[in-house]
Amino acid sequence: MNGRVRLGLFCVGAAGLAALLAWGLAGLPSFGAFNGAYALLIDRVVVAQRHTTDAVTAVNFDYRALDTLGEEFILFTSVVGLAVLLREQRSEHERPPEQTSEEHRFQGTSYVLRALTLLLVGPLVVLALYVDSHGALTPGGGFQGGIVGAAALLLVFLGGGYLTMRRLSPHSLVELAEASGAAGYGLIGLGGIVFAGVFFKNFLGFGTPGELLSAGTIPLSSMAVGLEVTGAFVLLWSEFLDQALIVRHQ
Amino acid sequence: MKELQAGLFVLLAVGATAVVLMRDPLRQALLVGIYGLLLALLFFVLQAPDVALSQIVVCTVAVPVMILLTLAKIRGHADDERKTPSGGDRE
Repeated sequence: MNGRVRLGLFCVGAAGLAALLAWGLAGLPSFGAFNGAYALLIDRVVVAQRHTTDAVTAVNFDYRALDTLGEEFILFTSVVGLAVLLREQRSEHERPPEQTSEEHRFQGTSYVLRALTLLLVGPLVVLALYVDSHGALTPGGGFQGGIVGAAALLLVFLGGGYLTMRRLSPHSLVELAEASGAAGYGLIGLGGIVFAGVFFKNFLGFGTPGELLSAGTIPLSSMAVGLEVTGAFVLLWSEFLDQALIVRHQ
Repeated sequence: MKELQAGLFVLLAVGATAVVLMRDPLRQALLVGIYGLLLALLFFVLQAPDVALSQIVVCTVAVPVMILLTLAKIRGHADDERKTPSGGDRE
């Protein structure tokens, strides 16, 4: 196939794509037009029904809690699969830590940068706990808070080196956090069956809207998912860091 | 508000094109992070703060870190092979 034929084929294909694209774009609703009856309904009844001021979290952890269970186990399984894939192979070995201690931190990070990074760790942990626990009140929730918490540990790596991060979050602890977060969310669902007869039914008292301890099981679900997401992402980064910094071919 | 949205859409188009055209994976990883931040801003301007929060952490922290660590692994691997030119993968 010479260049001319290839160019001709491309032109035909591109013209077809452009026509389809123009046709599709012409049929789109106008910018900002919204036609979701279910969302409008939720928006109207959520505070009265669930005492939750953030409708998104109410949908995630109450009305559609089953979907979240599926999503949570997608994350769980994919991180477990990644940990299996990146495990130490037979032809690889771990370098002893003292031999390469300087390589376990980024080269060229200045003292000031490292101090500033470590200074941010504390506020980030507080922010993570805040986003986790206030899921029912303000934007955010388990997923967002969980990954902010994982980012705090990543800052420990950036500022203090990988061995510090590993000492703070050994693999067994991280795996335990991930597993107990996932199991905790499932147990909240089972609690719905036990106490109210329906899987994932919100079985706790709703309390006053806008208070920290309100919205029934939603804050509990949010904390459980937060724990799982933090564990999952720290495990994921640890596996990558192991591969990049410690595991070597023989 | 309309101008802000339009400006962000234009910036996103520019950013996405820059990500695709950048050939060096290291710079590409950084550009993806900036692009993700712009996308988060757009979500925020379109009044979807929940999505914006997830977007910030996933696209500016999680994904670039994974790409950078993979690049570091590949580079370390290449260094090892250079040290033992006869050896190859195993001895």
